[in-house]
Parts: sequence; C-alpha cells; structure tokens
Amino acid sequence: MIMTIKVRYFAGLKEQVGRPEDELVFTGLSTVREVWCAVNTDKPLPGNILAAVNMEYVELDSIVQDGDEVAFFPPVTGG
Amino acid sequence: MTIRIVQDCFDPYREIQAYQDSAKAMTGKFGATAIFIGTMRDFNDGDEVKGMTLEHYPGMTEKQLELIVAKAQQQWRIIDALVVHRVGAILPNEPIVLVAVWSSHRGDAFDASRYIMEALKSKAPFWKKELLTSDDERWVLKNSDGYKTM
Repeated sequence: MIMTIKVRYFAGLKEQVGRPEDELVFTGLSTVREVWCAVNTDKPLPGNILAAVNMEYVELDSIVQDGDEVAFFPPVTGG
Repeated sequence: MTIRIVQDCFDPYREIQAYQDSAKAMTGKFGATAIFIGTMRDFNDGDEVKGMTLEHYPGMTEKQLELIVAKAQQQWRIIDALVVHRVGAILPNEPIVLVAVWSSHRGDAFDASRYIMEALKSKAPFWKKELLTSDDERWVLKNSDGYKTM
C-alpha cells in the first residue's frame, strides 16, 4: 500500500532542517523515527526532539498511518 | 472553558472582567478566582532582551490546551476557566499568557490554575525566540522551573 505522510517542523528545528515541511510517500509500516530518517537522510534525529502525530504527542517508535501529519519540534517554551 | 490564541496585545484585567460579566451562569456561584498573568521581561539569562517572537503549532496548541484544562476540570471542582496566550511579535512589559480559574472555593482555584500553567509550560507547543539589545537572536531552549536562579 502506498502511504503519503506530511512532515512538519517547528521553531529552531525548522531552521536547522531548512524547510517547514516535507511530503513522504512510501510503502509498508513505518515508525515516526523512520519517517524522520527517510526525509532527513543527512541529519540524525536530535536527542531532545518531541514528536506528534495528528497533533497528539507520540513516542518515536509509534507507527504512522496513511494521511498522518507527523510533526517534530524542540522542547516547548511558552507561557 | 475558553482558550484563545491571540496575535495582538491584550489587557488581561479587561479580559477577566469581560469574561466574568458574560458568564451569567456562574454569577453568585464562585467564591474564588485564581489568576496568573505571565509578562515579558526585558532580561533573560544575563542578557537584555528587547523583543520576542512566539511561534506556535496552530491546531495542536489549542488541542493541547483543551486537554490540559479538561484534565484540571476532572481533578478539581472548577466552575470555569479562561486561557489567553499571545503569539507573534511581543515587547517587554506586554502580557504573554493569562490563566484564570473560577471555583466555589480557593483551594480548587489555586491548585487548578497552578496545574494549568505548569502543564502549559511543558506541553503546549509554543516556542520563544528572543531578540537581544545586541540585535542577536536566539531560541529559548527550555523553560525554567519557575523560580529565580541565584
């Protein structure tokens, strides 16, 4: 099955990656960590990064589904 | 419960009064209102700061704040809650965040407002970028524990 995933980056990570988002098309099961590796082949996933799928926090080994929006961002600093 | 993300500077005191005046259902029911207002400082980590930009994740930020307030409602006896948070360009002395909690008694109001604020600090996707008086820019990398470091 062909799956399409939208990948978004925020704050300092968006600047490091150099773009606000990616679209990833792949087949088969994939985790959040594998999504990062597929679209950032030149950059290892930073250690303190948080991840969300469809705007809910997830662990990096969570499985993504077709149509999911995956987001990566640094620790939050609001308030 | 109301959550608002706003681009423009707001007056937290007017927000509280207007919200309380419009929420007729709680008239006569609340005996305690706990309020937290976070304001932008002109200093951080030993440097003078002249401005700040607050980025957020539209959709997820609101969703996380709704979850936080809902959890507070489960844990304490709250009548109503209001959360207002700025995004975009902010100047020193401008308010960043308002958390107001109405309850029949002070214990629930104090505890729930503290919980909402601390959870917002660790879970709500906002990111601060500071502009220093030297014109250098830097991302704030993590929130403090909320106490002045000596």
